[in-house]
Amino acid sequence: MTTGTTTSVRLTGITKSFLGVPVLRGVDLELRGGEVHAVMGENGAGKSTLLKVLAGVHRPDGGTIEVDGGEVSFAGPSDAQRAGIAIIHQEFTLLPHRSVAENVYLGREPVRRMQVDRRRMVADTRELLDWLGEDGIDPTDPVSSLSVAQRQVVEIVKALSTDARVLGMDEPTAALADHEVELLYDLVRRLRERGIAILYVSHRMREVFDLSDRITVLKDGQFVTCAPTSELTSEDLVRHMVGRDLGEYYPDRGVADDLGPVRLALRGAGNARVRDLNLEVRAGEIVGLAGLQGSGRSAVARAVFGVEPFTRGSMEVDGVARRVTRPRSAVRLGVALVTEDRKGDGLALRQSVRDNTLLVRRAALRGGRARAKSDVPALLDKVAVVARGEHQEVRFLSGGNQQKVVLAKWLAVEPTVLLVDEPTRGIDVGAKRAVHELLRDLAKRGVAVLMISSELPELIGMSDRILVMHDGALAGELPAGASEGAVMALATGHGVGEVP
Amino acid sequence: MSTLQENTLPAKQKATRATVHRRLHPTVIVYLALVALLVVGSVLVGLRGEVLLDQNGILNILTRATALGLVAIGQTMVILTGSLDLSVAYLVGLTSLIAAETMAGQDSMVLPGVLLALAVAAGVGLVNGLIITVLKAHAFIATLGVALILRGYLENNYTGPAGDVPRGFQHLGYDRIGPVPIAALLMLAVAALCWWYLTRTRPGYHMYAVGGDIEVARLSGVRTRRTIITAHVLCSVAAGFAGIYLASRLGSGAPYVGTDAGYDLESIAAVVLGGTLLAGGRGGIAGTIGGVLILATLDTTFDALEVDPFFKDVVRGVVLVTAVALYARRMVANRAHGRLS
Ligand SMILES: Nc1ncnc2c1ncn2[C@@H]1O[C@H](COP(=O)(O)OP(=O)(O)OP(=O)(O)O)[C@@H](O)[C@H]1O
Ligand SMILES: [Mg+2]
Repeated sequence: MTTGTTTSVRLTGITKSFLGVPVLRGVDLELRGGEVHAVMGENGAGKSTLLKVLAGVHRPDGGTIEVDGGEVSFAGPSDAQRAGIAIIHQEFTLLPHRSVAENVYLGREPVRRMQVDRRRMVADTRELLDWLGEDGIDPTDPVSSLSVAQRQVVEIVKALSTDARVLGMDEPTAALADHEVELLYDLVRRLRERGIAILYVSHRMREVFDLSDRITVLKDGQFVTCAPTSELTSEDLVRHMVGRDLGEYYPDRGVADDLGPVRLALRGAGNARVRDLNLEVRAGEIVGLAGLQGSGRSAVARAVFGVEPFTRGSMEVDGVARRVTRPRSAVRLGVALVTEDRKGDGLALRQSVRDNTLLVRRAALRGGRARAKSDVPALLDKVAVVARGEHQEVRFLSGGNQQKVVLAKWLAVEPTVLLVDEPTRGIDVGAKRAVHELLRDLAKRGVAVLMISSELPELIGMSDRILVMHDGALAGELPAGASEGAVMALATGHGVGEVP
Repeated sequence: MSTLQENTLPAKQKATRATVHRRLHPTVIVYLALVALLVVGSVLVGLRGEVLLDQNGILNILTRATALGLVAIGQTMVILTGSLDLSVAYLVGLTSLIAAETMAGQDSMVLPGVLLALAVAAGVGLVNGLIITVLKAHAFIATLGVALILRGYLENNYTGPAGDVPRGFQHLGYDRIGPVPIAALLMLAVAALCWWYLTRTRPGYHMYAVGGDIEVARLSGVRTRRTIITAHVLCSVAAGFAGIYLASRLGSGAPYVGTDAGYDLESIAAVVLGGTLLAGGRGGIAGTIGGVLILATLDTTFDALEVDPFFKDVVRGVVLVTAVALYARRMVANRAHGRLS
């Protein structure tokens, strides 16, 4: 890792179209060694595309890229790597079946006497992991045995191993829980001290204000502004991104009197991952489920939905005891699960937006309801999907818009119990607001919502009550508007709340 | 940074899980199955008062395994890369003809014959690779198309065996050390070479990467097209070796030696039986050789038992499906234990 505060990258007038549709329309960006430069913009604004141009993945249609004053052109990712540019993409770029070291050096394996020099690969990977203070990851472990947070660390090691002087990070915290985000901050700051130029894409305001020195805003593929972070307020930023003001608020909570019957109840339920769960969610309320990554939050949702069913205790849906052992039965009972892993569980990437939206409905319901297509536009509108049309394949949508399609797909079956796991991950501020309003609106219309989110402000802002999990069990319940400190205390196993 | 490790298991627990994992490795299952099969086969044949693994039996198994082994080694490479080759069977026939016709009974023409056959094989592999990478046709369709073209050529130009292999060259097919044919040893040498290539060299690493996730490979700077094309060329060359070997055994080239033996589907079956994921990215040569030996042992045992061909095919089908179901279960179990696949 060479230090050089003079390193700079300058993009001028970058344009890029996909099949004749312009995605980048003359974007300028300047990046200096030793700064964290945030790029913000709505879903589909072109942030990831810009990073991919810089990474040599896409060739720009027009405009120039200069590195240290000299113009460059990249024929592929390896050219960009040689120029000292490394990008951590929005989607994971790791092979689960291969070892950490093999992933880190993928495409650049050191060779000695015609063979891949495995010893050196492992040693160098270990050195980088040590430098990051990550001695819990062994370079010979398969990536499939690592947690999501550890995978993110491997992505970073992979980028650093190229001796990158310019590091692009596309929503690096989207898959991390709050406490893990702190660790990433630390890392980014250390890299900055080393004189590395960091391009940081994120939808989380707080992060951008904590970390960045300058912010560039894109809208519809166009450059809007670039200013030092200290000169911007979050209201300014939102106005630049969305083009109008959005106050800092969450939709009004329901009134306790409006609460309907208990829609979902768990009594002493448990399986291999969670135990002794007692909880009720009533029609009309949004119940937040908090906890650290690995505490069993998602496992609860997966169990209710029949993915990894409960093996003990009982579960009631609308007052009737039910044994749900597969998702199909759950859907039939009006239960829906919006998963956190949109690529793995959520979407058929090669199918159209419409087919994805109707996927569950067609699969689980019968008759005319299953065939209706006419309300697809309305559904997509509700969650503010930006797509070229209903027939565009989902894999060509921006990350945030894919997430919105997952939501639309579950709204299409009109659930009465809605489980949402990280529903706004990777969604821009404007759309996030839309999703929040949508969830509240559903609750008002009698849906019972169980919401999981690693973003505490969101969870606290949205929930009528908050259940906190620790180590596979409920640690306590907190009322609406509880403080972040109270939630974290329970989540880490220190605090006391009312045990439900 | 201690909190980041929250999800990892304590070291000891992790170690035990790793051993369980290793013990259940598909390659190990394959060889255990092979040993079990040899035992059961020996007992059944023994009940008839004969011996399965005598000099003749071993020779029989290894001879059957040689040609299929060569084809399956190549098939392993393309499947690992996330591709597939349905044209190998016709290519085996074609290369046997090219070798035998070029040799035309002269010892001096042995080397040219071999080289020409391999060159044509490489050419066919290159065409397969280019159709898949440049024209972006699915490997299934692309190689099926090439297979049909080869069939057309063979049907038009040959009615039966052609060419003549010099006596000296027939040694390749028939010489042996004890019960072990030289050709089988050569096949194992090719296997060892390919194993080394896949597990120790950069292009080999890249084949696993492309098969694992082509997009990830591309974003990491792997030249995905070159990798796929290389895999196809190597696969076809391996089929070429099989063709040359069969020419040496038959004494001439035969247009349908490859298809009569069903080397296209048979080689895919051997690869899958060997624990390689049909989707690519995981598996290897060692398993494939195990798969080939299992198929060869099954055939030899059935011949010794004189069971009827229909029953034979049923058992082969059952074995294949059972194996794949076993591997799939293992993967699901891994997932349930938090391994993401
Ligand atoms: N390979 C592709 N083919 C066609 N269209 C594409 C392709 N990649 C991106 N697009 C389109 O380009 C636009 C910008 O996408 P991009 O991924 O850059 O957005 P983004 O700003 O990163 O959004 P998000 O915040 O949701 O990640 C989107 O409308 C998307 O549909
Ligand atoms: Mg993006």
